[in-house]
Amino acid sequence: MSTVMVEAQGVRKNYGAIEILKGIDMRIEQGTVTCLIGPSGSGKTTFLRCINHLEKINAGRLYVDQQLVGYTERNGKLYEKKESQTAKSRLTAGMVFQRFNLFPHMTVMENVIEAPVHVLGRPKKDVIAEAQVLLDRVGLGDRGHSYPQDLSGGQQQRIAIARALAMKPKLMLFDEPTSALDPENVGEVLEVMKDLAAEGMTMVVVTHELAFAKQVADQVVFMDLGVVVETGPPSEVLDAPQHERTKAFLSKVLT
Amino acid sequence: MQQQQPTAVPLIETPAPASGDSVPVVPLRHPVRNAIAVVIVILAASAAWNVATNQRYHWDVVVSFLFSPQILTGAALTLMLTVVSMTVGIGLGTVLAIMRLSTNPILHTLSRAYIWFFRGTPLLVQLIFWYNIAALYPVIALGLPFGGPSLVIGSANVLISPLGAALLGLALNEAAYMAEIIRSGINSVDKGQYDAARALGMNRAKLMTRVVLPQAMRVVLPPTGNQVISMLKGTSLVSVLAISDLLYSAQIIYSNNYQTIPLLIVASLWYLLMTTVLSYFQTKLERRYGRGFDTATRRVLRPKRRKA
Ligand SMILES: Nc1ncnc2c1ncn2[C@@H]1O[C@H](COP(=O)(O)OP(=O)(O)OP(=O)(O)O)[C@@H](O)[C@H]1O
Ligand SMILES: [Mg+2]
Repeated sequence: MSTVMVEAQGVRKNYGAIEILKGIDMRIEQGTVTCLIGPSGSGKTTFLRCINHLEKINAGRLYVDQQLVGYTERNGKLYEKKESQTAKSRLTAGMVFQRFNLFPHMTVMENVIEAPVHVLGRPKKDVIAEAQVLLDRVGLGDRGHSYPQDLSGGQQQRIAIARALAMKPKLMLFDEPTSALDPENVGEVLEVMKDLAAEGMTMVVVTHELAFAKQVADQVVFMDLGVVVETGPPSEVLDAPQHERTKAFLSKVLT
Repeated sequence: MQQQQPTAVPLIETPAPASGDSVPVVPLRHPVRNAIAVVIVILAASAAWNVATNQRYHWDVVVSFLFSPQILTGAALTLMLTVVSMTVGIGLGTVLAIMRLSTNPILHTLSRAYIWFFRGTPLLVQLIFWYNIAALYPVIALGLPFGGPSLVIGSANVLISPLGAALLGLALNEAAYMAEIIRSGINSVDKGQYDAARALGMNRAKLMTRVVLPQAMRVVLPPTGNQVISMLKGTSLVSVLAISDLLYSAQIIYSNNYQTIPLLIVASLWYLLMTTVLSYFQTKLERRYGRGFDTATRRVLRPKRRKA
């Protein structure tokens, strides 16, 4: 029996008068990799940020690890969560951004141990030992004392992955993790992500790397204009798309 | 007159000599610039000589008053006024800056009004206002608003001494300026930093103190250094409240002995010394908070020395 890690039911999100997400339904099983693809402006980033409570949703229900995002349900009513509760809920998921967003004023090691020490309040010594293991795992065990700006984009993104993993999340969210990288740095980041997937981490990846999606994804979700157009294994969505919009998008991306 | 032919330095075209030595590079020379520099040095030296040997400066008087107790007490008071009012000003300024950036319209408006008022009225007026607060509010009390019951704390004259009025005036005024400096520093921090911090589970307080403010420091420090130095000299304004700060102490002395210039020199030397020390700390702090932002530049400017 597999458990559901993310469940979206008619999720809507608008910025002012503009509706960005127009009723998203999605199911993400624990231990699977889901790749979100779609044209620019289709709402992929917005949906990912909703999963991590970085954006409030305006309608519908979004469950992450069986918890309702943004609200608590009591006696048939939805109560908006306090900021401190929301901050705690964010610990379920780790997030990796397009532009890395490492803390530039901290060394690599300080970046990785920051949240375990200062958010979880764990003893620094234990955290450093674990962080070293994580840094070794992403191939940067010797760069703990460097500052992010002295590293290449690929190295920075691998540190960002290690930083997210240091919080022991149940779910990892990636927003175009390789699209800000020089072509020669893309491979090393995808390798780390493949290893993570092989270890059974639940992952949601917004990406334009269709080869990666084909190889690693259990499920591919094609979004356009704020709705999910097509969902299925890569062999269906990428190799034999049913919808015109999916076909049009894929033909544009592949050429 | 052309002194030397421009030396062609083939850097790329010719391959390195077989010996492995690199091609000798002749650095560009600046004869005119150097000549101007020499002239300026000579002029400055002669001016210094002139000042030092001119009897009418009364250097002997300068020396005799440099460490006089009255001057030293004045200097200590000036330093104390600067440190306390800057500390309070920075603390309150940080709160005001965060309020101003808040999405809560009440907090935002309160902060804007505060900054508008304290920047818009002369510091001298504010100082005199606090000095005369007892005339407006003879008794200071804690109580419920709109005339509810209250707890008397004491007489305003006792609670707000001239020194208290000076500190209050300087600090509250400074907070308004610091608020704007800190706000610009906070705004300079990339929005992605907020996302990253929040995604790691930080609440707003952690996000500000661990991620945003340390990065804002880099932008905040240079103008704050300016503020500290103008505060150091600006404290002389408190002499209107009959507080014997450094400048006022010098003025008291020369109004008795008529050695105006020597005593102003004494005061200036102390101001210079204090400015120098404060600037030294500024440089240290700037280096501390520049970490991770300027390492590349630093490596170019100061190459690591290797032990032979
Ligand atoms: N804070 C915001 N305020 C207003 N509009 C926004 C905001 N954030 C995003 N949008 C709009 O929402 C729409 C969807 O944005 P989103 O970033 O989710 O798209 P995306 O699918 O991730 O696109 P891309 O592939 O370019 O990253 C865009 O039209 C964008 O302009
Ligand atoms: Mg996006």
